[in-house]
Amino acid sequence: MQQRRIIFKHIDEPGYTNDLACYQRNGGYDVLRKAVARPPAELIDEVKKSGVRGRGGAGFPAGVKWNLVDRKSGKPIYLVVNADESEPGTFKDRYIIHQDPHQLIEGTMIACFANNVKQAYIYIRGEMPEGARILERAIAEARAANLVGPNILGTGYSCEIYVHRGAGAYICGEETGLIESLEGKRANPRIKPPYFPAVLGLYQCPTIVNNVETICHVKHIIDMGGEAFAKIGTPNNTGTRIYCVSGHVQRPGYYEFECGKITLGQLLNDVCGGPRPGRAFKAVIPGGSSSKILRFGETFTLKNKDGSTRTLAVEDIPMDFDTLAACGTMGGSGGVIVMDDTVNMVEALANINAFYAHESCGQCTPCREGSLWMKRITARMVHGAARAEDAALLKSVADQIPGRTICAMGEACAWPTQSYVEKFPEDFGNYYETKKTPRGADCVPLI
Amino acid sequence: MNLKPETLKQIDEVITHYAAKRSATLPLLHLIQEDIGHIPDEAIEWVAAKLELEPINVYEVVTFYPMFKRKPVGRRHIKVCRTLSCALMGSYKVCDTFKKEFGVELDEVTPDGEVTIEFVECLASCGTAPVVMINETLHENVDEQKAVDLANEIKKESGVRSQESEAKP
Ligand SMILES: Cc1cc2nc3c(=O)[nH]c(=O)nc-3n(C[C@H](O)[C@H](O)[C@H](O)COP(=O)(O)O)c2cc1C
Ligand code: SF4
Ligand code: FES
Repeated sequence: MQQRRIIFKHIDEPGYTNDLACYQRNGGYDVLRKAVARPPAELIDEVKKSGVRGRGGAGFPAGVKWNLVDRKSGKPIYLVVNADESEPGTFKDRYIIHQDPHQLIEGTMIACFANNVKQAYIYIRGEMPEGARILERAIAEARAANLVGPNILGTGYSCEIYVHRGAGAYICGEETGLIESLEGKRANPRIKPPYFPAVLGLYQCPTIVNNVETICHVKHIIDMGGEAFAKIGTPNNTGTRIYCVSGHVQRPGYYEFECGKITLGQLLNDVCGGPRPGRAFKAVIPGGSSSKILRFGETFTLKNKDGSTRTLAVEDIPMDFDTLAACGTMGGSGGVIVMDDTVNMVEALANINAFYAHESCGQCTPCREGSLWMKRITARMVHGAARAEDAALLKSVADQIPGRTICAMGEACAWPTQSYVEKFPEDFGNYYETKKTPRGADCVPLI
Repeated sequence: MNLKPETLKQIDEVITHYAAKRSATLPLLHLIQEDIGHIPDEAIEWVAAKLELEPINVYEVVTFYPMFKRKPVGRRHIKVCRTLSCALMGSYKVCDTFKKEFGVELDEVTPDGEVTIEFVECLASCGTAPVVMINETLHENVDEQKAVDLANEIKKESGVRSQESEAKP
């Protein structure tokens, strides 16, 4: 399987450095130069035509998002690049920031020019101090070269970019939590409606929040044209996508493919080398830790456009947004976490539940209490105190969270429990039967 | 508050990045923590005064974000990733190895003030799991042997005697 590297073209390329000179030797900022000579509305149109969907998790079309921005309010419009990269299993923005920061800055400037933004922020997670320094240095270089700042390239258009560091809270990745954090507060997400960022975002002004990878795609969309971009990938799942594979495969890492042109089986077996020697795959999380888990061996019967049906095994699922959704999970952030037959799913869930209990912001009772209860129940199961009712209790707690919270973290914390309990009844049943951890000698502790 | 002149300069600069002063809360707390190592009460009051806020506005921020520390941590702050991809590759054992090497429990400081070990959530480097951050440096593919090597390096640098024999089970 041949990768198609657009965003990651220069990642790990020998001799490629993250300074402006190297970027410009490779054609850097040529697209920005061309973009600022065009009417901004035309650029938005290209992004719309490209069909590019957000790479941060929700897969919302970027062109549609930009169209929702309130341009009549008279208030300034802000752009915030979401570089929080906090969804477990996701590790792509890190490499763009560290190895090719100018690609992100060029994309940001094009997105700002298209949307008449005068002030942009890159919100980077606190645990990437080196990344923040690299971005700051790159912005300073770009400013000195008149590519960022006042009157860029003599066009009369001015725009500043600042880097803003988070401080270790997952919920800052959620766009309205991020905005609160950028305002200097706790990252408590805001309720929608009315607080859609496109209308009432940063300082109650219209605000665009896009993921790092999405913003980088903007550069390439403007470069090749929206229609050409839309031909990459598959219909409604356009462009390339970076898949981050971790866990029990021979070759974990980041791989960029045309969206939907590779199946999960090809990705894990052909690209990542399959399971470790003597092992078989048991389960896979396809789009970040909050996406519903897939069990190897299960099948999905999906409707075709002409009304007929097709049946897919887990290995056959194309890695796009729509098919993964039709299979009851999601493409999410592109973080693929693989577990082999050494793993007991109660332990894996206990690990994930500890994460969500730690990261709930605490505003909504179902998420705050539910995530804690799910953590406690799975923890007691792992520690030999399982009760007969635990699997049913887990399900009942999880079922009461989605749809009853301010932000999508309610769904994010419930989906793992719902899907693990449903798909691995033998693992969850065993705990009560044996009252002890059925962990093999070659298993590593997960909690 | 005894901040370095360089820190004060950066503080004045960063406040200009925002339309509302309050937005500079996190940047100021980062700068202060980088300078003096943690966020004491005095710093909370100082930041509040600087940004024209009430101390409670700053206090609630300090207590929300895990990276801000109310008490000093060790000069080497070892953050081992706990989350699933790292756990699958052995991070619980890696964390235990560090605890044993330095004879401390999580979030404690060794008596000589050198080391604190924290078990943190996903560091966005899951493809090279398990990962460990020591101060600002990321270490990848850290198995138990590599953890021992890293611990030895720290001990050598800080002149700490091996406390292995006193380690708790
Ligand atoms: C709990 C939670 C965590 C999130 N974390 C991230 C993140 O780390 N990075 C990110 O880009 N988007 C994250 N998102 C999605 C953002 O809210 C938002 O949809 C995204 O940044 C929009 O950019 P996009 O349209 O380019 O994907 C998260 C969402 C939720 C509900
Ligand atoms: S769903 Fe959870 S994280 Fe989101 S606002 Fe409510 S309590 Fe906070
Ligand atoms: S799980 Fe450890 S870096 Fe993501």
